Amino acid sequence: MSQYQLNYLEQLENESIHIFREVAAQFEKPALLFSGGKDSITLVQLAKKAFAPGKIPFPLVHIDTGHNFPEALEYRDWLAKEVGATLIVRKVEDTIKQRKLTEPKGKFPSRNWLQTYTLLDTIEEFEFDACIGGGRRDEEKARAKERIFSVRDEFGQWNPKLQRPELWNTYNGRIQKGENVRVFPISNWTELDIWNYIRSEQIPLPSIYFAHERDVIEHEGQLVAMSEYVQPTAGDVIVKKKVRYRTVGDMTCTAAVESTAETLDEVINEIISTRISERGETRIDDKVTEAAMEDRKKNGYF
Amino acid sequence: MDLLRFITAGSVDDGKSTLIGRLLYDSKNILIDQLEALERSTKNREDGTVDLALLTDGLRAEREQGITIDVAYRYFSTPKRKFIIADAPGHVQYTRNMITGASNANLIIILVDARLGVIEQTRRHSIIASLLKIRHVVVAINKMDLVEYSQDVYNNIIIDYTDVAKQLGLENVTYIPISALNGDNIVDKSENITWYDGKPLLDFLEEVEVSSDVNLKDPRFQVQFVIRPQTEDLHDYRGYAGKVVSGIYKKGDKVTVLPSGIETSISALEIAGKEVDEVFAPQSVTIQLADDIDISRGDSIVKSDNLPQVSNELEVLLCWMDEKPLIPGNKYYLQHNSRLVRSVVKQVEYKIDVNTLQHLPLEGNVKLNEVVKATIKTASPIVYDPYDKLSVNGSAVLIDETSNSTVAAVLIK
Ligand SMILES: Nc1nc2c(ncn2[C@@H]2O[C@H](COP(=O)(O)OP(=O)(O)O)[C@@H](O)[C@H]2O)c(=O)[nH]1
Repeated sequence: MSQYQLNYLEQLENESIHIFREVAAQFEKPALLFSGGKDSITLVQLAKKAFAPGKIPFPLVHIDTGHNFPEALEYRDWLAKEVGATLIVRKVEDTIKQRKLTEPKGKFPSRNWLQTYTLLDTIEEFEFDACIGGGRRDEEKARAKERIFSVRDEFGQWNPKLQRPELWNTYNGRIQKGENVRVFPISNWTELDIWNYIRSEQIPLPSIYFAHERDVIEHEGQLVAMSEYVQPTAGDVIVKKKVRYRTVGDMTCTAAVESTAETLDEVINEIISTRISERGETRIDDKVTEAAMEDRKKNGYF
Repeated sequence: MDLLRFITAGSVDDGKSTLIGRLLYDSKNILIDQLEALERSTKNREDGTVDLALLTDGLRAEREQGITIDVAYRYFSTPKRKFIIADAPGHVQYTRNMITGASNANLIIILVDARLGVIEQTRRHSIIASLLKIRHVVVAINKMDLVEYSQDVYNNIIIDYTDVAKQLGLENVTYIPISALNGDNIVDKSENITWYDGKPLLDFLEEVEVSSDVNLKDPRFQVQFVIRPQTEDLHDYRGYAGKVVSGIYKKGDKVTVLPSGIETSISALEIAGKEVDEVFAPQSVTIQLADDIDISRGDSIVKSDNLPQVSNELEVLLCWMDEKPLIPGNKYYLQHNSRLVRSVVKQVEYKIDVNTLQHLPLEGNVKLNEVVKATIKTASPIVYDPYDKLSVNGSAVLIDETSNSTVAAVLIK
């Protein structure tokens, strides 16, 4: 009988492909929110498989904070071309100018939070009714109750009390005009599942995921890459270290970890033995409050 | 390595959160920084121990009220298996949440407080497990430390529960005496419960055989999406993308498209754009057919020698999930996998008491958390199997036409 069994990664993959096809069928204008990180790279791989031999029937949308790693941008452009998808880029910079938003200040002026404005404007501009994201339920406590099809109101807000029960593999994507749905096809994957899948599918990753030499400053025990966006203060020492990234966000809000792992196998081994969550290890802004994520989600964040 | 999805059920204070916390903690699935956060938030406790229940705390609104209001999903894995836990809260709104969490579960852990034994809640959880046809039941007899690890207490609970299981037709029931708080029989065999010769809970969860739960006998497939690249080299390509709901399909199989009834055969099978000779449940695949026929989303492709039921009048059990009551005669969308049709709930015959399984006359409208037997008429036919025979093709939801909320779970008789 064993020839008719799927291993756990295959089960997850099949479930995600099923979700992608539901989105393509149920919505008129879906979009895949592409951040350049490994989760959205995995989404693209799954979407490619879901619609083969056709092309991915929706665009990749990148909300560009302007603080991205150049390696991630290069990879983004390459990937869009490789899979033949339309790439839409909207810049936080432009939203700041148009809407006269206040630029964040401080040592690590993160525009992470401002992305929400650009995202909501982009949704309106293209009338997207479904935005596919790489959120996973294991990432953070507030995500553990997130639906796979998560309904947002006109303001992009998430209301935990209004979420629909999600039964079996039946996804109810019906919405009113103005509302949209955030869809999380990899809800049931953990960080390690993602890494194992990338390995088994041999998906190429941006180089910053592997150990490399970089100038960093140490900030409350975390290593932050030196860049034009970071404002070092007196007393900061810039040192050269061998590091890699576990998540890829803004240069201002993503910390590197010291590492010698130059291959995928080595990276996976390090992650298994570190036993620190990726948010804990690499997100500089999440430490602020325990409920930070919950608040953001309510306001329309990814 | 495979996947096991399970749900935990218990009434408030039976130790559900502690048990889940213990499973995550002892199987080393709690990461250091999460542990530190946990230690910070429990620093004020007098005995200085870590409150494992806090690990599974969700939203702030819930933390503030000290309750959980919704199903949460937790993940852990061991070298043998990946586990997905549906953690459904244990208070009054429970029926809706439990059915939601149970709808995808291979297994249910029903917690029983050793001091209280089998109570009304235990019966209710078991009834829901039996309605939803969950294949594997673990009765975890918790707080054994509070009854001096007594074998008599354990045996008496088994005697009581055996009655319940028999009445409900629950077949695979396993009893494990545990203390979630102290970790007895969770990951390691308890030294306090020497008389128990079964496996600790985690070993059982790792080893219980679930692959045979997938039906490979009755081939069912529903079209989700039609792939038509319309490019130069794939000009005439038409692939029906969908999930093999159950069974196995092979290239060349004679198939019938339902509800239209047109017969044809499978000319090609693909997985992620690569041709294969056969596909099986629960794979997401693409089917190409020998003839050009009009097929759209929601249509079924089944083998001509194994046909499901086709009807526009369905006898169903409905579990009502909305604050707004069901008003017999109202119209709703019925979504059966990927098939969406308009429907009307024609008649509600009786209500099922989820504590006793008794049929009760319906007074007034059907309210949140009530389970009723009803007849639904659909605008076009549904291609289904009775839930009890093939649950994956016998389940559906009702959607309110005006609010778009999912308002009921539907089990087709
Ligand atoms: N003595 C003892 N207490 C337990 C055990 N399991 C849970 N408890 C306690 O019972 C109370 C309720 O547990 P909790 O996990 O919050 O229950 P829930 O409401 O089912 O999630 C808490 O005070 C726990 O510490 C056990 O095995 N032995």
